[in-house]
Amino acid sequence: MFANILIYFVVIPLLMLAGIALCRNVRQIRAVAVTGSLALIALSVVVLLQYLDLRAAGETAPMLFTDSWTWFEPLHINLAVGVDGISIAMLLLSSIIVFAGSFASWKIDQPKEFFLWLILLSVGVFGFFITVDLFTMFMFYEVALIPMYLLIGVWGSGRKNYSAMKLTLMLMGGSAFLMLGLIGIYYHSNPAGGQLTWNILEIASRAADAEQCIPQGWQMVLFPLTFVGFGVLGAMFPFHTWSPDGHASAPTAVSMLHAGVLMKLGGYGCFRVAIYLMPYAAQELSYIFLILTGISVVYGAFCACVKTDLKYINAYSSVSHCGLVLFAILMLNTTAMTGAIMQMLSHGLMTALFFALIGMIYGRTHTREITKMGGLMQIMPYLSVCYVIAGMASLGLPGLSGFVAEMTIFVGSFQAGMADYLGGEGSLRLVFTIIACCSIVITAVYILRVVGKLLFGPVQDDHHRTLTDATWWERLSTVTLILCVAAIGCFPNFFNNLINTTFSPAIFAVLGM
Amino acid sequence: MDVTVPILILAIPLFMFLLLGLTGMKMSHKLAGTLGTLGMGTVLVLAYVTAFTYFFGGAPEFIDAAGNRLQYLVFDQTWLAFTQNLVIKIGFLLDPISAMMLVVITTISFMVHLYSLGYMRDHHGVYEHGFQRFYAFLSLFSFSMLGLVVAPNIFQMYIFWELVGASSYLLIGFYYRKPSAVSASKKAFIVTRFADLGFLIGILVLSYYTGTFNFTDFTSSAVAGMEGVTQVNIHTAEGILNIFQSSPAPMFMGASVLTWALVLIFMGGMGKSAMLPLHIWLPDAMEGPTPVSALIHAATMVVAGVYLVARLFPLYLMEESALMIITVVGALTALYAAMVACTQVDIKRVLAFSTISQIAFMMVSLGVARMDIHHGLGYMASMFHLFTHAMFKALLFLGAGALIHAIGSNDYTDMHGLRKYMPITHITFLIGCLAIAGIIPFSGFFSKDEILSSCLGNSTIAYVWMSAVAGLTAFYMFRLYYLIFWWKEHKVHEGHHAPHDQPWVMSLPLIILAVISCVAGFIPFGNLVSWNGVPYDFMAHFNWSVAAVSLVVAIAGIALATVMYRKENELPAKFKNAVPALWRWCHHRFYWDELYMFITHRIIFGCICRPLAWFDRHIIDGTMDSFATITNKASDAIKPLQSGQVQMYVWYYLIGALALGGITYICLL
Repeated sequence: MFANILIYFVVIPLLMLAGIALCRNVRQIRAVAVTGSLALIALSVVVLLQYLDLRAAGETAPMLFTDSWTWFEPLHINLAVGVDGISIAMLLLSSIIVFAGSFASWKIDQPKEFFLWLILLSVGVFGFFITVDLFTMFMFYEVALIPMYLLIGVWGSGRKNYSAMKLTLMLMGGSAFLMLGLIGIYYHSNPAGGQLTWNILEIASRAADAEQCIPQGWQMVLFPLTFVGFGVLGAMFPFHTWSPDGHASAPTAVSMLHAGVLMKLGGYGCFRVAIYLMPYAAQELSYIFLILTGISVVYGAFCACVKTDLKYINAYSSVSHCGLVLFAILMLNTTAMTGAIMQMLSHGLMTALFFALIGMIYGRTHTREITKMGGLMQIMPYLSVCYVIAGMASLGLPGLSGFVAEMTIFVGSFQAGMADYLGGEGSLRLVFTIIACCSIVITAVYILRVVGKLLFGPVQDDHHRTLTDATWWERLSTVTLILCVAAIGCFPNFFNNLINTTFSPAIFAVLGM
Repeated sequence: MDVTVPILILAIPLFMFLLLGLTGMKMSHKLAGTLGTLGMGTVLVLAYVTAFTYFFGGAPEFIDAAGNRLQYLVFDQTWLAFTQNLVIKIGFLLDPISAMMLVVITTISFMVHLYSLGYMRDHHGVYEHGFQRFYAFLSLFSFSMLGLVVAPNIFQMYIFWELVGASSYLLIGFYYRKPSAVSASKKAFIVTRFADLGFLIGILVLSYYTGTFNFTDFTSSAVAGMEGVTQVNIHTAEGILNIFQSSPAPMFMGASVLTWALVLIFMGGMGKSAMLPLHIWLPDAMEGPTPVSALIHAATMVVAGVYLVARLFPLYLMEESALMIITVVGALTALYAAMVACTQVDIKRVLAFSTISQIAFMMVSLGVARMDIHHGLGYMASMFHLFTHAMFKALLFLGAGALIHAIGSNDYTDMHGLRKYMPITHITFLIGCLAIAGIIPFSGFFSKDEILSSCLGNSTIAYVWMSAVAGLTAFYMFRLYYLIFWWKEHKVHEGHHAPHDQPWVMSLPLIILAVISCVAGFIPFGNLVSWNGVPYDFMAHFNWSVAAVSLVVAIAGIALATVMYRKENELPAKFKNAVPALWRWCHHRFYWDELYMFITHRIIFGCICRPLAWFDRHIIDGTMDSFATITNKASDAIKPLQSGQVQMYVWYYLIGALALGGITYICLL
């Protein structure tokens, strides 16, 4: 079992859990968290390099490093693992954000308990990205969600009980849909009469075959269930309202992990389960969700324009950006889907950066109201410059990650839209692509509004003048994220190739791409 | 051609930006300024070498046997591959207009770097706060602008287009403590962003149909036997037109799809080049330091829109309606901006409106250019005017900067009579005014004359209209000139020094630019730049009657300004009282800003954002919350059933048993 490299993505966090449980003081806890997350980064890089080597050597299987261990024989539940370019991208993202998050919670109260829950959450996240077994995947999904309740409820601020409860209940509601959908997939995984399976690869390999795929009638039922189930976590309109409250109350590292990684579970799940396994229904039903996600994109951006709480603004901006992820996935076009994954990476990094900075500013000024702050550039230049960079990434400045992701999405969506339009299949995709493009303007409005009010202009509150700039651990956390954002923005083709070479040929056969 | 020099042209400013941006605060002011200036100086030399090699080197990849100029792709590196064909590459295309722009950008940028060494200090020699940051941003801007002009594909242009927008944002907001600077920078970014939305959609449409981003695939054909060498060829553009016409849906809402694409792309240009109605950001952009206004908002970035249209010019030739739109937008903008410029008090704003008006000249010139009108003279005239305008407008702005630096105010009412105190500034400013007014032999005369000839070739209306604007230009520039340098000077207050000329680092750029403005008209521009690379000797085709008329118009404008403004008198007030409404509208810039304020605050914020945010919190979230509330209420409602009293449970048992019995009975019945 331990010969497979992927299993260490779960083993390392579990070891960290044990280590933290044994720690006696905060320094030891920090040491464990930092070493562990560094080990995770190293592991993802190693996996990435090995993966590229194998691909270069001509490996064509849809997923590599696959392995499967029986867990519960009667129901065919296995611990099956395997990764492709997309999951590797997600693993890299997660490990970087866990690393940055550890530094962002350097001075947290009750560090032991906090880190225990935080690491447990990351066990769920990493487990989710490496498994290809629907049941195990769902289990890890739940493992990632539950700690959130405690992390917000205990270490949060503001209306934390309400927010924690709301977030948990809404996401659990999504899980309920999801579970129904997954069980449905299991029972229809093999209509030809063979053994039932939870294995994604096995089901996907049959997805192109009209006889052996999940029956099309059932797809029409199961697709919405799984898409909505994951969509709730991906903050799809109208199931996004947990996000502003949840983020506003969550402590910094939790916001970072939640917006940076957890919301990606939603997008990844929508892609990996809903579309990967049920391409037929995806094609038939995509218009409903296109409308919903298209609304998310502009709706979130418009709402962000008038909010005054930094975290609310960023949460709504996440609704907009994550909406773009789901929107692009539904275009069912290689370019747009690649863009969606890039957008997940990009949004994960920059929103983590945003939340880290907001946390750092809040830790100093004890307010998140932009009306009560101003001229921070004069007081904490380092943090302010980072905030400007994050903002520029968010509004899609070339050279930072947001631009490449958005452009890939727009180009791909436009292709899909024009193909529909010229093929006489309606102009819905085209119209929504253009609506989504408008988000680049609205994003600029709310980002520059915040930057202008918060960082520039005269100092609003004289008490703020004595505040200090970033400490070394805060600098480390932000620099890591900024470097990653810039790396994606400057060398996009590396990520582009990593991602788009791995879309399964099986789906494309169905979709005719 | 060796790729090292072109790579260095892009790499040095980028490196300078990173160096000064990351370590600038640790450097002394002097070191940062010197490094930035030296870096730009190196780029200047390299760019001159490149341009010189291109124009006069005579290598076969630059000029063919018949003397036609070719386009040469120096390098091209894949940056992001969307699909097999749609690939963003970062490359370097050398052709007449990019070589010319290299010269323009590096010249002005170097002058501004040099000038700022003096300008960004006060009279006691103390450097401004953020001096290093200023040089870092200047380098970033130079990098972006150079990347924009050498772009071999439209997506690279879009990338650098956004980058120049961002550097412009950073530089306008350089004095970030001033709320007016912050809001001006925000406005500039958002307005141009809105225009870029059109640009982006235009790119998407164009690239969808043609399957490529490369400019040369739109406009040029390969030259046999040489890799990376192409020549502008109208048949390629005709091929593109064919692709559009043979698609299943060639029309969209009454216009051809190609027209739509071209107009949308032009919309991007309208934003950057401040054409009506997207011009509102440029006057506000004057909140930035004056050298920045000279570099970005007069000479280089704002002509990016003209450059964009020129880049795709053969495609525009395919759709006359698109050119018509450009002409109309340009003509309206030119007149509008000239009228407004006559009434402004802030000298930088006068110059800003004059910039808008002059860029509109270039746009009109492109709009009226046709293959059969003097062999596409309008294109050459537009590029020529771009070149000369960059020089004399930068000169005027830097001169204005010297005045502001000396006086400490932007209003001409605080200046008056400065010709005695600041002779160098006076002479150079006068040269700038003469050039922009179009007085022979200054450079503006030649380029403006070519524009007017080209207009005349197309339509008399355009010619008369633009000539009138040219007259107005002479008038408002000399109005400004007289108000600053003539009139009675203000008394020098006790303890204050009289205003005096600037240090040499500031004077030198003024003198150099003034010299260029005097001689640039004699450059045989048509031999270097023309729309299809075929040399066109404009002096041989010079239309002396147009020249005479425009000279008369210009002199009339100057004469009127002399009468009204040389000395303090009643005439301006009389004029103002004669047409009060017109004057008020001009003075308030035709209330465009108020209109935009209304749209953004009342409509977008008031009618969309706020209601949506309310809807989200109260309706969507309210629904979600109400699920929870209903669950709670229901739970409260049925809670009393579990009272703990045994008697009650017995009753429930009885009722339940009876009910079950009843149901069983009914079913059995």
